[in-house]
Amino acid sequence: MPGRSTVHLVDDPAWVRWTLTAVALGFLTLFVVAPTVLVFVEGLKRGWQVYVDALTTPEARDAIRLTLITAAIAVPLNTAFGLAAAWWITRFRWKGKTLVVSLIDLPFGVSPVISGMVTVLLFGAPGLLGPWLQAHDIRIVFALPGIVLATIFVTFPFVARELIPFLETQGTEEEEAAHILGAGGWQIFFRVTLPNIKWSLLYGVILCNARAMGEFGAVSVVSGHIRGETNTVPLYVEILYNEYSFAAAFSVASLLVLLAGVTLAAKKLVEWKARDLRRPETGSAP
Amino acid sequence: MSIAVQSIVKAFDGHPVLRDVSFDVPGGELVALLGPSGCGKTTLLRIIAGLEHADAGHVLHSGEPVGGKSARDRNVGLVFQHYALFRHMTVEQNVSFALTVRRRPREKVRARVSELLRLVQLEGLERRFPSQLSGGQRQRVALARALATEPSVLLLDEPFGALDARVRKELRTWLRRLHDEIHVTTLFVTHDQEEAFEVADRVVLMDGGRVEQVGTPREVFDEPASPFVMRFLGSVNIFQGRLENGQALFGGIEVPHPAASDRVSPARLYVRPHELVVHHDPVAGSFPAVVLRVTPIGSAVRVELDAPTVENPLSAEVDAERAARLDLEPGDHVWVEPRRLRVFDGDAVDSLTASGL
Repeated sequence: MPGRSTVHLVDDPAWVRWTLTAVALGFLTLFVVAPTVLVFVEGLKRGWQVYVDALTTPEARDAIRLTLITAAIAVPLNTAFGLAAAWWITRFRWKGKTLVVSLIDLPFGVSPVISGMVTVLLFGAPGLLGPWLQAHDIRIVFALPGIVLATIFVTFPFVARELIPFLETQGTEEEEAAHILGAGGWQIFFRVTLPNIKWSLLYGVILCNARAMGEFGAVSVVSGHIRGETNTVPLYVEILYNEYSFAAAFSVASLLVLLAGVTLAAKKLVEWKARDLRRPETGSAP
Repeated sequence: MSIAVQSIVKAFDGHPVLRDVSFDVPGGELVALLGPSGCGKTTLLRIIAGLEHADAGHVLHSGEPVGGKSARDRNVGLVFQHYALFRHMTVEQNVSFALTVRRRPREKVRARVSELLRLVQLEGLERRFPSQLSGGQRQRVALARALATEPSVLLLDEPFGALDARVRKELRTWLRRLHDEIHVTTLFVTHDQEEAFEVADRVVLMDGGRVEQVGTPREVFDEPASPFVMRFLGSVNIFQGRLENGQALFGGIEVPHPAASDRVSPARLYVRPHELVVHHDPVAGSFPAVVLRVTPIGSAVRVELDAPTVENPLSAEVDAERAARLDLEPGDHVWVEPRRLRVFDGDAVDSLTASGL
């Protein structure tokens, strides 16, 4: 694709090429580069000390801890769910498959705010399961479980979406071979399936993690914004911003930008590895 | 160990794939399951291996039904058409897989692997990955892997299908020798008649989900049981004719034919190219023809002919020596004598072609 379009562009007059390049670069600068730089500029405006202080206040630390805990629960669970769903969808013949595949995509289709509201409606005090939960003194909404549930819902598709096409193209022959050779279900999974899908899986996990840590809308609805208790990093940024603590807000926001950078780098690395693996001659560097 | 397949029926989404298939593979034999693509042979192989379930019927190993056993408990070795080697494992790891999942002691595994690699002539390639091997080498790795646990039955799905012609020929001979060496009951699926004949002790011919004939290569070639077998095993000339009073009538000649008895009916008559004898002068039971083309094919010469009394062009095969004596040229007027005619029961001429009689 890129090769074809380059060939095409070369044929176009110079002014077309320059205009298109300028437009593309302009957009990139305006919407990606400038905001990224600005986050750091604003965060560091009052100096390094203020930046570090903003990140080390007890509230900031609590927010970071909560975000890490949420991701640490949601990502492994979604990895397991995603694997199971992808396995079930690609390895068995059954009716209603397409419906289930569309359902998996549902969290991508609905606004995260709605995801959050569904959680509240289900588990909140006036909600469906609310009275029962209250009677048993279980807190879900405005507490960690609610945040985790909302995050799981929003980030569910990443792993499954990544694995389904990969498993489909890969076919089942290697697994059948392992089965005939005497391997049990878990042996097949750990010795044959997992090594084959590991790069796709990792790719999905990276994206899932980035979204889990950065999720705002759904978490905002269920969290209740209790400082030091139910504030994740994105929510904390909003609070700081609303309180006109701009430097602190941008300092904390810069953490999310760094996360994005790490995610991109990891994603690129995995793409390289996976491409290397798919080459007919393995072992040769790209 | 012997395999028996009894009245196997299988359909996918309502489309019948196997319709009442039965045959036996005696212990120690090498049998080919031969048929055109889509005839159900691979499905049958997968049912015998335990990867698919039959809708009805039984598979027996040494007389014991194995329907209730999963594939991993059947002690069957299967070589997939595209080998299905584990991509992320070396040759050694691939071959030892069945032994390591059974937690066999390491020294025994190592000894068995080197024994197997010697058997399939792949010593020295232990550390290679499948992607670093040629097609023929991959095939032999798959075979070694399947043989690791000394299976009582070896199943091969189009074992040479993915290889180029030269390698295929080599591997055929090699497989035959290997089988003579280890004598494991082997069933292999192929659509290539030459391959089946060269390698197998016996051939099971399948078409449209049914077994058409079972026999040695000689038997099925010389005594085909159905028009399908006749057409599938090599080329054939088909004449529209009639059976009448112990005679087969076609192309203006009469040939005595036992199947004709006393009935009168239109019939298709099948003659193999090598069963048509070409003469310069008329002989009894021959009809006239004109030579269209002469093509040398290895040790024989193929002669394309056009006979005014027969509707389609026909093809005869003459051995090289006789061809040299005849010295045929396109345009020559010759006489064609069928040596052997075959007629099949229930092979009525359909109305369209019959109208041309």
